[in-house]
Amino acid sequence: MNSRRTQMLLTAVGLVILGAMEVYVPSIADTADSTKIVAKDFMFNPTPLTVKAGSTVTWTNLDDEPHTVVSDTGLFKSGGMDTNESYSFKFERPGTYHFTCSIHPRMVGTVVVQ
Amino acid sequence: MSDDKYPLSRRNALKCMAYGGAGTLFALSGGVFTPIDLAIAASDRQGAAKFGKPLFVQISDTHIGFNKEANPDVAGTLSQTINIVNGMVDQPALIIHTGDITHLSKPAEFDLAQQLFTHLRTTEMHTVPGEHDTTDATVTEYFSRFGKASDNKGYYSFDHAGVHFIGLINVLQFKPGGLGTLGEEQLAWVAADLKGRSSSTPIVVFAHMPLWTIYEPWGWGTGDADQLMNQLRRFGSVTVLNGHIHQIVQKVEGNITFHTARSTSYPQPLAGVGSGPGPLKVPGDQLGAMLGITSVNVVKHPSALALNDTALA
Repeated sequence: MNSRRTQMLLTAVGLVILGAMEVYVPSIADTADSTKIVAKDFMFNPTPLTVKAGSTVTWTNLDDEPHTVVSDTGLFKSGGMDTNESYSFKFERPGTYHFTCSIHPRMVGTVVVQ
Repeated sequence: MSDDKYPLSRRNALKCMAYGGAGTLFALSGGVFTPIDLAIAASDRQGAAKFGKPLFVQISDTHIGFNKEANPDVAGTLSQTINIVNGMVDQPALIIHTGDITHLSKPAEFDLAQQLFTHLRTTEMHTVPGEHDTTDATVTEYFSRFGKASDNKGYYSFDHAGVHFIGLINVLQFKPGGLGTLGEEQLAWVAADLKGRSSSTPIVVFAHMPLWTIYEPWGWGTGDADQLMNQLRRFGSVTVLNGHIHQIVQKVEGNITFHTARSTSYPQPLAGVGSGPGPLKVPGDQLGAMLGITSVNVVKHPSALALNDTALA
């Protein structure tokens, strides 16, 4: 009885651990390619994106609607990106870089360069 | 699958090209729109005459270059639109295009749009750019073709038939996270442009993004439009025309009538429905009814204007 209860408890603990593992889904930032941002459903993701100085960040539009990437300081500016088109920019210096889609100014994002 | 669907919808749309049908004529009476069946204007010349001669037709959001499922043939639907305008009993004196001429500001898209516009019987066209027309890195493609009227500023005014027209640009000085912006320089120019003008002069203001806030989360508005309205309030008849949202939304505030036009390319969802203001896919046989133009007539000249929306099908 006692040992059976222990076994049930252990099983329960195991399920909790397994559950916690299943909940953990790596975000785009955690995968091998950590310099990509997508525009999808009128949102940039991930944001903020943290990269090392000298990294080239690539934005890809996955919406049916075009998007742009425009730096708030004017450092970088893509043209209109149609569906599945990309734009890349190399960040040489550490800092925090905010950007916006000029077609949909509610879409904002940040790249943190370390 | 979709290969079967679209040619059929185009054929249906072409069959439904006859002027009239789903449209409604709006006569402005004492500051309130009175809807009148467009069939009167289309079929009864005497009936149409009492609404006045068409002053101009507004075309908007042609999005030449768009080729997705919501409308794989935007050049075709623009051609249909042009045929509808050319088929009007009385030709409008002017065409006003309220922006998003192209989808991606590409030279080839502007070239095709301009080539299609040459088929209009009415040759005088006035434009303002949409945010889709100004996404090229140097923001020169629109201005090199349409910038002359405004000396490359994007805003300008002109007079026609006793009506004062003001074209404004609200797609360049976007603020991250915010709405469209007119900016202090442009607002000061409007103040100077209106100074000394009689309050009885009918005013038509046209810009791409709505000049009142329709839905802020999607940027459907202009942040500093109130400053513009303060300048317009003293006039007896003000008509404010926009595109951008690909559907008709209107309101009347005192003597100011606000109206957004349908697109000729593809519909967009109602405010807040779905993830964002992208192309709305509808069954092919419904597309024509969701695209169209606005024509504006002089009623009781020169004191009032009437708006009149015509769908493609």
